[in-house]
Amino acid sequence: MSLDQLYQQIILEHSKARHGHGLSAAGVPAGASSGQSHQLNPVCGDEITLRVSVAGGKVSELRWDGEGCSISMASASVLTDLAEGLEPEELQHVIDSFREVLRSRGKVSADPEILGDAAAFEGVSRYAARVKCAMLSWVAAEDALGQATAGTSADS
Amino acid sequence: MVATPAHLLRSATALGNEEVLRIRNDFPILNRSVKGHPLVYLDSGATSQNPLSVLEAEQEFYEQRNSAVHRGAHHLAVEATEAFEDARETVAAFIGADPDELVWTSNATEGLNLLSYSFLNASLPGAPAEAARFALGAGDEIVVTEMEHHANLIPWQQLAERTGATLKFIPVDDAGALDLDAAARLIGGRTRVLAFTHASNVLGTINPVSALVSLARAAGALVVLDACQSAPHLALDVKDLDVDFAVFSGHKMLGPTGIGGLYGRSELLNAMPPFLTGGSMITTVTMDRAAFLPSPQRFEAGTQKISQAVALAAAANYLSETGLSRIHAWETELGRRLVEGLETIPGIRVLGPAAGQERIGLAAFDVAGVHAHDVGQFLDSRGIAVRVGHHCAQPLHRRLGLTASTRASTYLYNTTDDVDAFLDAVAGVRGYFQA
Repeated sequence: MSLDQLYQQIILEHSKARHGHGLSAAGVPAGASSGQSHQLNPVCGDEITLRVSVAGGKVSELRWDGEGCSISMASASVLTDLAEGLEPEELQHVIDSFREVLRSRGKVSADPEILGDAAAFEGVSRYAARVKCAMLSWVAAEDALGQATAGTSADS
Repeated sequence: MVATPAHLLRSATALGNEEVLRIRNDFPILNRSVKGHPLVYLDSGATSQNPLSVLEAEQEFYEQRNSAVHRGAHHLAVEATEAFEDARETVAAFIGADPDELVWTSNATEGLNLLSYSFLNASLPGAPAEAARFALGAGDEIVVTEMEHHANLIPWQQLAERTGATLKFIPVDDAGALDLDAAARLIGGRTRVLAFTHASNVLGTINPVSALVSLARAAGALVVLDACQSAPHLALDVKDLDVDFAVFSGHKMLGPTGIGGLYGRSELLNAMPPFLTGGSMITTVTMDRAAFLPSPQRFEAGTQKISQAVALAAAANYLSETGLSRIHAWETELGRRLVEGLETIPGIRVLGPAAGQERIGLAAFDVAGVHAHDVGQFLDSRGIAVRVGHHCAQPLHRRLGLTASTRASTYLYNTTDDVDAFLDAVAGVRGYFQA
């Protein structure tokens, strides 16, 4: 497997664009229920703090701060684009699907219908050391989503 | 007193590429390819590779001598014990110690934990009077440095927390050198332990051992040296360095994993309470009490790492026969080539001493706009193995304003071609990641 299959152009672009980056600058949208999660990859020190806000039965906003490799940053950016506008159950389904592909060591193909741009991370599943990089923001989103929908606002 | 090891007497003529190519034939793994490229192994600072003589020593032990040591009267037990103790003699001589001053551990981390826990045991109520010199309590201070590997930091953090002692650290300057003025202020009457690394696993800095030992001696503090990054690369003489304790790991010096050593001055080891207790480390045992053997058995409870010790002795012999001073001279050339080469590449910041300053044969660096993980992945695609991350030195990286870096570390089997292949690849990193 070549390096270009890991670092697809869409990943390199998102690692620079960082959609959703800038948590501290933005407050929780009025009327939304939110949850926030901090995740750390102790192997490389990559960190993310991510907030999911739910309003009117939908994910109204996803914002995050973090530092890390191109895979972890691009993954958070792609997740932001995907998550906003989904119902909480739909986002959970997308997260489950992403996790299944990433943990499959290349055995499970990504379904672009479900994962959209996140399907580009399929190749990461063949690099065991990088799976955590790609999963970092998604683990944070799952945790934050759980808080937001349980109504336990963890706004800081 | 141990005779000066042969490797200390050799001239310091550096190895050359031609000789290194012959050396490489002794290391089977260096012939393999990775992702269609010949392997360029520049991660010996993490784990070094093994020459055939080391692999054969371990196999020969299992095929001919495998048995428990220091127990049993049968012939294999005798031969195994001899091989085990011969290995101790060889490795002790390699670092300039007497055999009874070398305790086998699993690695340097275990050696440092052994010290930390033995000092803790000495600090508990009811500890024997002879152990008082290791006891710590409120008001006492342990001093480490800001460049320590976590292995030489966390055991001391834990010891301070459990005894009420205070942990202090000697800061590093922007060039990665210890602030010796600060050290002189920090090390004083309250200092009971000074623990520091001989050579930094990130910066490559070689620390001024004698200056630090002088400060510790004046304060009456015990000196613990982390020799993980020096024992494989420099001719080490613990007596000459005048430290009280030193630790090293076998797998960083051509030996197998699972074996390392703790050096301690004999009188200290024999006064120090044991850490692990059980079989093989006792004299008389009743249902209530036990009396302990002298060093080194005192600290070697349970069945030991026998084949690993035998193989580590083969590694020490390999290094001695090649000549540590020649290895060091060669690695110094490779280190200089690494630093000078990296400094010509735009966007690269080399950590530690500037080009021309003394450093062991490694270089860690930051690439502007590209995370170390991505740098490592790019190099891996060309068959080049380096270390990425915080290298178990988070406080040092924080001091340097980084969370991670990339490190290339050389050993006696690396050629200038290895360094050049690495530099060529690094030059392509920022372009690939559009940084």
